[in-house]
Amino acid sequence: MSNPAKSRLTLGPILFHWPNPRRRDFYARIADEAPIDCVYLGEAVCSKRLPWFEEDLPEIAARLRRAGKEVIFSTPALITTEQEAAGIQALLDAGETIEINDLACLHWVRGKRFVSGPLINVFHERALDVLRNHGARRVNMPVELSAAQIATLARHNRTGETEVFAFGRQPLAISQRCYHARAHNLHKDNCQFVCGLDADGLEVSELSGRALFAVNGTQTLSHGFLVLLDELAELQAAGVSHFRLSPHTLDMVEVAGIYRAVLDGTCSAEEANARLAERIAPIPFINGYLHARAGREWQPARPST
Amino acid sequence: MKAYLELVCPAGTPAALRAAVDAGADAVYCGFQDCTNARNYPGLNFDRHELKSGIAYAHARGCRVFVAVNTFARAGDFGPWQRAVDDAAALGADAIIVADLGVLDYAARTYPKLRLHLSVQAAAASAFAIRFYRETFGISRVILPRVLAVEEIAALIGQTDIEAEVFAFGSLGTMVEGRCYLSSYITGRSPSMDGVCAPAEHVSYQEEGNCLVSRLGEVVINRFGPHEPAAYPTPCKGRYLVHGRPIYLFEEPIGLNVIPLLAELKAAGVTALKIEGRQRSRAYVSKIVGTFRAILDSLAQGKPLPAEAAELAGVAEGGRETFGAYARGWR
Repeated sequence: MSNPAKSRLTLGPILFHWPNPRRRDFYARIADEAPIDCVYLGEAVCSKRLPWFEEDLPEIAARLRRAGKEVIFSTPALITTEQEAAGIQALLDAGETIEINDLACLHWVRGKRFVSGPLINVFHERALDVLRNHGARRVNMPVELSAAQIATLARHNRTGETEVFAFGRQPLAISQRCYHARAHNLHKDNCQFVCGLDADGLEVSELSGRALFAVNGTQTLSHGFLVLLDELAELQAAGVSHFRLSPHTLDMVEVAGIYRAVLDGTCSAEEANARLAERIAPIPFINGYLHARAGREWQPARPST
Repeated sequence: MKAYLELVCPAGTPAALRAAVDAGADAVYCGFQDCTNARNYPGLNFDRHELKSGIAYAHARGCRVFVAVNTFARAGDFGPWQRAVDDAAALGADAIIVADLGVLDYAARTYPKLRLHLSVQAAAASAFAIRFYRETFGISRVILPRVLAVEEIAALIGQTDIEAEVFAFGSLGTMVEGRCYLSSYITGRSPSMDGVCAPAEHVSYQEEGNCLVSRLGEVVINRFGPHEPAAYPTPCKGRYLVHGRPIYLFEEPIGLNVIPLLAELKAAGVTALKIEGRQRSRAYVSKIVGTFRAILDSLAQGKPLPAEAAELAGVAEGGRETFGAYARGWR
């Protein structure tokens, strides 16, 4: 295994609309117990949610930092309003590092170092270079890429830090339309925050009854949980430096422990998969994109010899 | 006569290009026969020789040609995108339509005089995004994502001093363009990199009882009763179970038609109207372009909408129409 000490675990922003007490408790445990190196805070999906928990963020950030964790502020997947713009400017003015999820942010960063988030299209080395030239210090790979494409980009990545989405429901699409509201016969402008009813997303099934997607307000996610454990060693060897876990209601401290153990080589991927499956079943695992297949598919590891 | 709004029309084939030019297009847009454009379907698009002839045909009749190189270049494989930009420039395209940061960077550095239009696939939905693209790559025009309301479009144009092109008629996306993975999640082929959403080789229809079931790969996208028209199984237009109820969760199989909003779009400062449909037949292109030509000419002369305007109702996808996001209630 290639230098596992260099591999970092990150915790993505909470994509779902969780109530404040749950958020505070969640980050308190992450600060105290989770082997996570970097935490992304903030709202990436729908800026209407931000006022609900914005006031808590400075204290949460301070606590995470006291626990030795890097804190980066995630920004919305789609920026259209003046309030969203002002929010980004305020973070930059406060000296915070932001994760961009809409290229509109490049209008503000100007010379400041930033992280390019998983919702930014970086499919090719030239796109990567453009981001680096604008100040990217870490670049997340889009979830749609295969391991071979990630390896090509990671080798070329002169920002030095390459991050891969490694656990959780996989973001698939973003819209201006709120599907959660639509599922409840409401409009986005009067949504009543019904997205808060589904802490891991709202199940969407085929007419045959088989679950397919999970809806989270304006975002559509996979139903299955992306689980990259069998692939960690290959990705580490390819130069991926950061692995992202996306928060869900299951015990994320335990999930982080499992990933850390596999990265450190103290637990086999096979055993780690079995432990995770106990937590996630009957929801399936997926990893298709990594293997250049349909994203919703699961490619089991080759039997070890 | 000064154009009311520039009419930008689809040319999926050389025949459609000639039809659009003959029917009064101010500009046509087209792409090469590969993964470099977002309508990479079998039987569509242009080889180099066809594009050369097409440009000659259009230019002889005062019509401009925009070449779409608007997918995202794949890691380790820039060749097709570089060739597409090089050839479009060499063949005399009036502009190229681009989305990818890398392709924009290459085109802006290599052909500083070539007009760049920012593709809808880049989904630049704010004045901030547009300013970034303009300052970094010198884009001349932005094709606005189909997620903005008319008043947002007006604000955005006021803040950016750039030509804006908006979708006027045809298929309607509900997800932010260029960042939707639903189709690759189901089929493995990426709209962003391969230029194809819901590829035909993954589509099937099957009679089940008195219903028709449409699938994309193994995934059921819809089930139609005996009296329902069957729509193409695009994932964002499918019917799904939510809380046990079958609903069109994302969008109904419905077409965009903004004819009643043309005056508002003009007042908002819009430069050009885009007709969607490079996958459509020559006859369809001829009809839609001809009708829009008549409408725009009437509006330019201060006349009411001509009778043909009403004929487009029912031609749109699924036979039904919407203003989409242009009207606020859509969200």
